[in-house]
Amino acid sequence: MKALLVRDLRLAIRAGGGFGLSLAFFLIVTVLVPFAVGPEADILSRIGPGILWVAALLATLLSLDRQFALDHEDGALSLIATSPLPLEAVALIKAFAHWLTTGLPLTLAAAPLGVLLNLERPAFSWLVLTLALGTPALSVIGTFGAALTVGLRRGGLLLSLLVLPLYVPTLIFGAEAARRGAEGLAAGTPILMLAGITAGSLALLPFAAGAALRINLR
Amino acid sequence: MTLRVEGLAVARGGEPVLDNLSFIVTPGAALILRGPNGAGKTTLLRVLAGLAPPLAGRIDLPPESAAYSSHADGIKATLSVQENLWFWSDLYGRARDDAVLDDFDLRPLRERPAGTLSAGQSRRLGLARLGMIGRPVLLLDEPTVSLDAASVGRFAAWLKDRHLAAGGLAVIATHVPLGLDAPELDLSRFRADPWTEQGTDAAFL
Repeated sequence: MKALLVRDLRLAIRAGGGFGLSLAFFLIVTVLVPFAVGPEADILSRIGPGILWVAALLATLLSLDRQFALDHEDGALSLIATSPLPLEAVALIKAFAHWLTTGLPLTLAAAPLGVLLNLERPAFSWLVLTLALGTPALSVIGTFGAALTVGLRRGGLLLSLLVLPLYVPTLIFGAEAARRGAEGLAAGTPILMLAGITAGSLALLPFAAGAALRINLR
Repeated sequence: MTLRVEGLAVARGGEPVLDNLSFIVTPGAALILRGPNGAGKTTLLRVLAGLAPPLAGRIDLPPESAAYSSHADGIKATLSVQENLWFWSDLYGRARDDAVLDDFDLRPLRERPAGTLSAGQSRRLGLARLGMIGRPVLLLDEPTVSLDAASVGRFAAWLKDRHLAAGGLAVIATHVPLGLDAPELDLSRFRADPWTEQGTDAAFL
């Protein structure tokens, strides 16, 4: 299991691996929003958590179609499928590697970028907390979508259409918890729902992704 | 370890290509698959590897004993030759065996990024994976494509002296004589007639 994780991280970091792509996209969106919305500080601080959540979600989406497509193109996926590692574990590791290279950097970058959106002081910790809780779900759901569309040429469009509706609950509860926390309201319920979505997708979706891979490899 | 196949039928893209295929490969023996393009050589190897289910019949093979090698080698261009090989040995939980580099004449290339290899060199790297993972049953799909005569000889020698001599077995789809003392199986004799399986009302009920 470790071998696959190390390889995926290595591939992501080396030239052409697309490690910086999501982060750059996230940066661009958060830099551009204040220009488009205007300089009113209180509007920015009100929409800030929501903007950062949407930007993080779209940045995650950007790197999903590489999840299995590259391994499928060069034949590595068939060879990995005949290895002792079950495809369910392959999907889980791929999702974890994806989170380490997109979700985690996005979570860490959200706090400094929040300054650009004039976030209130309590909003920073809530934003980082909700992103840390929610981005693993985004990676696992996205990996499932990537497994479903693996054999298709230019499957990126279908992948986005499939995955976006599945992302909506995570976005709703994540952004809601961040907003409530920032305004000093009770945020316990949306945080629990968010954690529940992440735990549920982590528990179930690797199996669905494994089954989808098995069918697509035939 | 013996590979035993009985009454096997396989399909490609939902259409039956081979039917009623039976053979036995014993330890230390190889079987060469012959047949024109589209005869079902690749499909048969993928079914034997467990990547696709058979339509009918039985495959007798201990689990996790087969290694499949396809037209594509699954080589990562940005990893070095050594990193590519060690990924496979780690994935299969095997020791990182340096001797395999010599078997496939890869030692001078070990630090090179795999993306800079020639077609023949990356084919050697793809075949070296088989030496790294040490599975007893090899399912090889055109293993000698883009290899020069010397490399074909080196690969055949590895197959004979290292793999088969150690009690392994191999099923090989190839058009190139490998110099192995192995029986040949002509798959065109087992061609499935698509009209016996489809086109009847039963297919729609």
